[in-house]
Amino acid sequence: MSDPLLEIKGLSVHYPGRAAWFFQKAAPKKAVDDISFVVPKGKTVGLVGESGSGKTTTGRAIVKLAPLTAGSIRYQGQDIGALSNAAFLPWRKKIQMIFQDPYNSLNPRADILSILSEPLEIHFPAMSRADREARCAELLRSVQLPAEHLRRHPHEFSGGQRQRIGIARALAVQPELIICDEPVSALDVSVQAEVVNLLQDLQEQFGLTYLFIAHDLAVVEHVSDHILVMSRGRIVEQGTPAQILGDPQEAYTKTLLAAVPRF
Amino acid sequence: MSAEPLLKVQDLSVTFRNGDRETVVAQGVSYELAAGEVLAVVGESGSGKSVTALALTRLLPPAPGCALGGSVRLQGVELLGLPEDRLAKVRGGAIAYIFQEPGSSLNPVYTIGFQIGEAIALHRPETKDVRAEVVRALAEVHINEPARVADQYPHELSGGMQQRAMIAMALACDPKILVADEPTTALDVTIQKEIMDLLARLRRERGMSIILITHNFGIVANFADKVQVMWKGRIVESGPVARVMREQTHPYTKALIACIPRLGQRRRRLTTLSEELKVSR
Repeated sequence: MSDPLLEIKGLSVHYPGRAAWFFQKAAPKKAVDDISFVVPKGKTVGLVGESGSGKTTTGRAIVKLAPLTAGSIRYQGQDIGALSNAAFLPWRKKIQMIFQDPYNSLNPRADILSILSEPLEIHFPAMSRADREARCAELLRSVQLPAEHLRRHPHEFSGGQRQRIGIARALAVQPELIICDEPVSALDVSVQAEVVNLLQDLQEQFGLTYLFIAHDLAVVEHVSDHILVMSRGRIVEQGTPAQILGDPQEAYTKTLLAAVPRF
Repeated sequence: MSAEPLLKVQDLSVTFRNGDRETVVAQGVSYELAAGEVLAVVGESGSGKSVTALALTRLLPPAPGCALGGSVRLQGVELLGLPEDRLAKVRGGAIAYIFQEPGSSLNPVYTIGFQIGEAIALHRPETKDVRAEVVRALAEVHINEPARVADQYPHELSGGMQQRAMIAMALACDPKILVADEPTTALDVTIQKEIMDLLARLRRERGMSIILITHNFGIVANFADKVQVMWKGRIVESGPVARVMREQTHPYTKALIACIPRLGQRRRRLTTLSEELKVSR
């Protein structure tokens, strides 16, 4: 694969386990266990697995929301895994995240303007208030919401609209890589289709790279150039969508495939 | 009386009142359900599918907050006018419910066994050995070590196991109709399949009818006999599953089915609903 934007080698995230007795040494819980993969620039890598497979933890570890136990994370050749939070700040601008639950990932007390302004204030401190407001209006338009909605609060929007606002917030700082953690799982199929289309349009428009985490193989196949299948903290299989769907090697992948309803 | 179906719903309507404001959330809902039949109710959030199912046994806020119209007859008995004490016997007795989030439907401070036992004691007071019935009910939904699980609390079980426990509780009173409101939406796909296989087996063995509320057409296609599609509080399409999946008469059904991503159609642009078909959102 050409031109890797993100290169993960031997990534592990272990949490302290709980011992049955106080004198026993607790075995660590291996949420993510020695995984390696590459995300090429401008492409979408899909990450599928069930709850508890470690797919969300993998995404969170990349943006330092989960602690690294071992391994390296290289972004355009530079190791970002070992950076302190302060030193990581410039990369937060390049790597953004979209979350699953559009109800809990927006501050209910803030209006949309301040939700979208916050990342701008952090990453573009020199921007004037008027410019910021203009940029926020533009962001809303790019996710196909009217700019008048800037003064509204999250509760005035539907799930699909909130997910659009989450996407606008991620786009605010002009990122290169967006980690989409189950972005459409909580949405109705009709809204899901709109958000998936929007994500693909934005990818084309801004040359974005996606790490697309989901449990629905049909959606992942639809958006991805490359698919990783995770189970119990490990990548058990990876390949192009045609390989994964046409000729799955692992029993686990076959189970996942068999569970996709067909009609 | 032989002509009377197990359940006959006629022109059912649900209206919510908030001060002077009235919102009709379901209207003109009519259907029949025969014994052993699986009816799938499909629609998006806000289409009125859950509210209609809850209205069958008046599991909604009392008047004047909520007004019901029309008729719901279970084996010839009108449920909408039934006094509360008799209706309480129907709820969980003849008509049992399971919901989307097993975690929030179970009481966290009581054991699984206690909660199932409570339902048995209420609906089958003649039962002598409630504990044995609880263990039997858990075994029937394929829970390993049912005696041990009966002594566990909900938080000690996985989502799939919690949903099995809910099904065990619903079935413990031998219902004629099981209303399953998005029973697998919160579960992983592989667990989802196990739960649906379980429901299919129980329906076969017991001749129980199921009203399955879902937005997953895959489940509808594999599991239901007939389907009704709800849109803005009304049934816009109904019929045998094979027919509705093959050809849709209402534009909304057509559009909704077209929205679903399918395997092997990579990067094709997904179809979306046109403005006039959107459920006001």
